[in-house]
Amino acid sequence: MMKKPFEIVTEPIEIQPYIDYVLHPYQGAVTVFTGHVREWTHGVRTLYLSYEAYVPMAEKKLAEIGAEMEEKWPGIKVAIVHRIGELHISDIAVLIAVSSPHRKAAYEANEYAIDRIKEVVPIWKKEIWETGEQWIGAQKKYPEQGEVNK
Amino acid sequence: MIKVIYFAVAREMVGKGEETLKVENLTVKQLLEWIGSSYPAFDQTGMQVAINEEYAMLDDTVKAGDVCAIIPPVSGG
Repeated sequence: MMKKPFEIVTEPIEIQPYIDYVLHPYQGAVTVFTGHVREWTHGVRTLYLSYEAYVPMAEKKLAEIGAEMEEKWPGIKVAIVHRIGELHISDIAVLIAVSSPHRKAAYEANEYAIDRIKEVVPIWKKEIWETGEQWIGAQKKYPEQGEVNK
Repeated sequence: MIKVIYFAVAREMVGKGEETLKVENLTVKQLLEWIGSSYPAFDQTGMQVAINEEYAMLDDTVKAGDVCAIIPPVSGG
């Protein structure tokens, strides 16, 4: 299932292989963040999401983020996976697993990873609503709530 | 020759996923200007360019054989 520690996949993400990968006898803590497809955003209903990536560059950027984390929090071990394609409500879109000897580093490093992913990794999300669709990014624009309820 | 790949909203604005251009030794800024003049629907606001899978600056040079990716604002996570 898990082929490499920093990867883009099209199949559903299973959590346990990433926990197993980061865990070793020197580690006393593992944090796992899973980002899921949300149905309701500011009162607007999402039907599903479509993710696209520049796969080789995205995997390279994920690995760079992992290296940044290991430099900032020595002793941690990291795995990051992002799914692309058509994802439905509550599916896992992204998973970040971080292990560390003590819990603080695992919590801090995990949050750093999702912030960096949203900044530099070439992955794009298109939201498909009942009333239309939109690539999410700088031009982020949700339909007016009233339009949806008409 | 250079290869240009368009992603997400950029692909929709130019109407194609990739193309090969018979140009070289132009700057990233010139490449974006060429795209803008060739495809009137292309809006370069917020667009970044990667050369051979690394983010490039506007005054970086695109050389023969390079692969350029047009990268709209990212929205992973």
